[in-house]
Amino acid sequence: MPEMKNRSLVSINDFSKEEILHILDLAEEFEVNPNQKLLEGKVVGSLFFEPSTRTRLSFETAINRLGGRVVGFSDSASSSATKGESLKDTIQMVSRYADLIVMRHPLEGSARYASEQSLVPVINAGDGANQHPTQTMLDLYSIRQTQGKLDDLNIFMVGDLKYGRTVHSLLMALSNFNPTFHFVSPEELRMPREYKLFLEEHGIPYYEHGELSEIIDEADIIYMTRVQKERFSDPMEYERVKNAYVLKRNMLKGTKDNMRVLHPLPRVNEIHTDVDSSPKAYYFDQAKNGVYARMALIAAVMGLM
Amino acid sequence: MASNKELKVSAIENGTVIDHIPSENLFKVITILGLDKISTQITFGANLDSKKQGRKAIIKVSEVFFQDHEINKISLVAPHARLNVIKNFEVVEKSDVTIPDTIVGIVKCFNPKCVTNNEAVTTHFNVINKKEVALRCHYCEKITTQEELRFEAS
Ligand SMILES: [Zn+2]
Repeated sequence: MPEMKNRSLVSINDFSKEEILHILDLAEEFEVNPNQKLLEGKVVGSLFFEPSTRTRLSFETAINRLGGRVVGFSDSASSSATKGESLKDTIQMVSRYADLIVMRHPLEGSARYASEQSLVPVINAGDGANQHPTQTMLDLYSIRQTQGKLDDLNIFMVGDLKYGRTVHSLLMALSNFNPTFHFVSPEELRMPREYKLFLEEHGIPYYEHGELSEIIDEADIIYMTRVQKERFSDPMEYERVKNAYVLKRNMLKGTKDNMRVLHPLPRVNEIHTDVDSSPKAYYFDQAKNGVYARMALIAAVMGLM
Repeated sequence: MASNKELKVSAIENGTVIDHIPSENLFKVITILGLDKISTQITFGANLDSKKQGRKAIIKVSEVFFQDHEINKISLVAPHARLNVIKNFEVVEKSDVTIPDTIVGIVKCFNPKCVTNNEAVTTHFNVINKKEVALRCHYCEKITTQEELRFEAS
């Protein structure tokens, strides 16, 4: 097993296939036994330079379940960044206080930079539109838990595929597992060319669709994302297409028994609430899986497992 | 005429001649190579006629010989630059610049939200395409292409 101890976790692209599988196995152990005091006596610096309540709560739950303590701040207004302190100085200081740093920052690449400045491992909890590797890990975990495997799956990604950081990272991570992709999005929010080129170079099939329809009958996973009005250059275009990317209960009728609907949350209206009671709705369990995935990642970099 | 042209930039006894620099990037080349900080004789000419490119610049540096990794730093601002190593007024070696696999500093990341454009961080790129220049930022992972190349102010 490659050494993960003392390594920072910045980008999902830093993980090999073996490392991903190792983390998922650890997460499974934590799901079975979620209270293991492996972090007893350790302090984690939780630096949220922009607010993200769900991600922060998930991390703090993971740390607490591991018996560790948390210091930090939940938005930049309560950090010294508002006094003009550089990111470098904040990291230099906190990495002398804490045993591990969890950081969310609006600037892209800030996590890589922080990992280079820190004396302790840094876990990226989102650096702008760039990476959010713990989200990707929990998505992979959710897929494996629902499908029993990661290999050879039909993955449908729906909604904003242009700006959606989660779908880009998930696409890269799944490329290790022989997937077939279907991209369902409005014209303006299609999967960027660089990702399609990547798939072509790796011989991974993908199909693009303009509408959510009976094509989803083939899906093993439907990964829904928000289609936001402000992403459209023409608001009329948004009004015209917005309902074409809403998943409703009756659309699930012909879908496979093993199919599950995922969503990184928060949801607005792209999944009708009538889907929630379907056994195929998995997005709330997916959020819960985030705690196990984060426990696994923390344990791995701290060399606890 | 030919000899007249050569006289515009005087000959050197020992050192390096860097030819075929795009005129507009002459001062960038000088800064990148740190030639503004050395004490040996330097002569340069700009806006010289060139068959290869519209207007070229040339630099002659006495008593300085460059390592490949040093000279390759100018490859993005002067991709067609040619080096002539001079010993006893004779050209003893000619070489071209090549784009290295990684570039530290020199280039700005095109992404305005990149940490390198907002904190005091030296840029760092992995070169993913040398023909049509494409640089992947080590930090934000975005790709800066030829058309988006901007150089750091020095
Ligand atoms: Zn960048």
